[in-house]
Amino acid sequence: MGIRVVDVRRRFGQTEALRGVSLEVADGELVALLGPSGGGKSTLLRVIAGLEPADAGEVWLHGRRVDHLDPQARGIGFVFQHYALFRHLSVAENIAFGLRVRGVASGPRRARAEALLDRVGLHGLGDRLPHELSGGQRQRVALARAMAPEPRLLLLDEPFGAVDAKVREELRRWLRALHEDLHTTTLFVTHDQEEAFAVADRVVILRDGQIEQAGAPVEILDAPATEFVSRFVGDVSPLEGEVRGGAVALGGLTVAAPGYPDGAGVRVVVRAYDLKLWRDEAGAARARRLVPLGDRVRVEVALEGGRSLMVLLPRRSSLLAGVEPGAPLALEATRAWIWPLDPAAAPGAQP
Amino acid sequence: MSARRPPWGRLGALLGYVAVFIALPVLALGVAALRDPAAWLRALVAPEAVSAIVLTVVITLAAALIGVIAGTAGGLVLVRAPLPGRRLLDAVVDLPLALSPVMIGLAFLLLVGRGGTLRPLLDAVGLEIAFAPLGVLVGTLFVTLPFTVREVAVVLEAIGTSEEEAAATLGARPGQIFWLVTLPNLRHALLGGALLTVARSLGEFGAVLVLGGAIAGRTSTATTHIHLAIESRDMPGAIGVSVLLAAASIAVVGLLRRPGSH
Repeated sequence: MGIRVVDVRRRFGQTEALRGVSLEVADGELVALLGPSGGGKSTLLRVIAGLEPADAGEVWLHGRRVDHLDPQARGIGFVFQHYALFRHLSVAENIAFGLRVRGVASGPRRARAEALLDRVGLHGLGDRLPHELSGGQRQRVALARAMAPEPRLLLLDEPFGAVDAKVREELRRWLRALHEDLHTTTLFVTHDQEEAFAVADRVVILRDGQIEQAGAPVEILDAPATEFVSRFVGDVSPLEGEVRGGAVALGGLTVAAPGYPDGAGVRVVVRAYDLKLWRDEAGAARARRLVPLGDRVRVEVALEGGRSLMVLLPRRSSLLAGVEPGAPLALEATRAWIWPLDPAAAPGAQP
Repeated sequence: MSARRPPWGRLGALLGYVAVFIALPVLALGVAALRDPAAWLRALVAPEAVSAIVLTVVITLAAALIGVIAGTAGGLVLVRAPLPGRRLLDAVVDLPLALSPVMIGLAFLLLVGRGGTLRPLLDAVGLEIAFAPLGVLVGTLFVTLPFTVREVAVVLEAIGTSEEEAAATLGARPGQIFWLVTLPNLRHALLGGALLTVARSLGEFGAVLVLGGAIAGRTSTATTHIHLAIESRDMPGAIGVSVLLAAASIAVVGLLRRPGSH
């Protein structure tokens, strides 16, 4: 097992950043810690690295208990959101730092730095200072620096949060490719779900210092374990309604609610891409606005009763024939999740 | 659209300030110095003048060196140590800059002078502070230490701890982190603090006069030497050391303004 975290707790004053988190990451696995800001992701990563002490719980890395060890002794590489490059050292000296403090001679050190510079696509930039590089380049240097001592575990804290969207996309692909080459056990923190699903083998969702769900991207997407996960993942419109005859009518959209008694209050969570619509003169819903988004179009729909939801369709979809602002629409959900407003009234069955 | 006119009023005020407070006094010193260079050059090599200049140089260098070491330690404690009452300490650090050096000299004298509270202790270890060169150093340190501590604290606050954390994850031991990461990041702050310390040490008068006693040939510094010379109507003696001090101060300001420093 690469990482084993057992019931870790951490409190900052009145705030409980981690409330008993247990987590396992297999050797060679690439796992994303995903969740909203302030959910405890970075704290968990820092506890694993030894940069932050845990109040309680155990941290095991590759079968060795490390709670009592300083970061120096944990055999990790850590990549910080804002790079944390040594500003007074050249790029090559930054990369070679971990070797320098281990007493590696300057010749082999330089050679290893050059090799890593090639590897991260920054050939010939070894003599630059960090401030002379772009954000994307700096983050590559930070990654090369973390990899140089050949750690068995790589921890990345929002590694691509500070670079612009296009570079981020490129860095994600590159991180995935690097992982497929080296198979270093990797845990990275992100608040960007697209990033988590694009890069990771497995995604762990953390909220309010607790794990909501851990699983493969497909499991998280298609079988959310909690209402929070179903609402957090994807572009969703949560709608409240009341069950009548085993279904919830939402003013133009009806969703089956098997197992719920009549009169039960529920919240329907449906993702924009799990909805279909077409023009129907008898429909109760109305198209309000169409927003073209490259290959897709987002239709803002007004439901009867004043509520609204979003539908995402392929731009060239035949369903869009006659759909224009003000047009009457029929709606259908191909997939939806029903959660009881009162958790005590939850039936055994769902979708 | 009207053409932009130079702001004559503000420009005039600035020129007036420069003329009255800087140019005219310096010019007066220059004119007096040029009138009879031989006289003040002779006064400059008199044993008492030489001793005062040497003491000032030694005290200044010692204050700068101690300032760099104490500033690094003090800045680290002020910013990084988990202290209760840190804000109070933060304010106290700057206090010597606001206090009158003469008053400080007196306060120290009450501690270490004849009948002072610390006198038995000092006698036991054989240390003499009042009216001794060590007193001159103590007075100078009191008014200069805030410079390096403050410069270091500001930089530590600004750069945070992430580079040090990165070094720790890369396997660096605490000593290596200090020498390879923390200290190099403080070099500009330490240089700036040291130059401010030098400038202030060269010019400090009140604290060194009261605590050192301005004993000619023993505890008299450049500034107290000028003071003594004026008192005894020895104008060449006063002008000689003054010209030297002015030249040193201009050099320090030049270094502080050097591109690359801040």
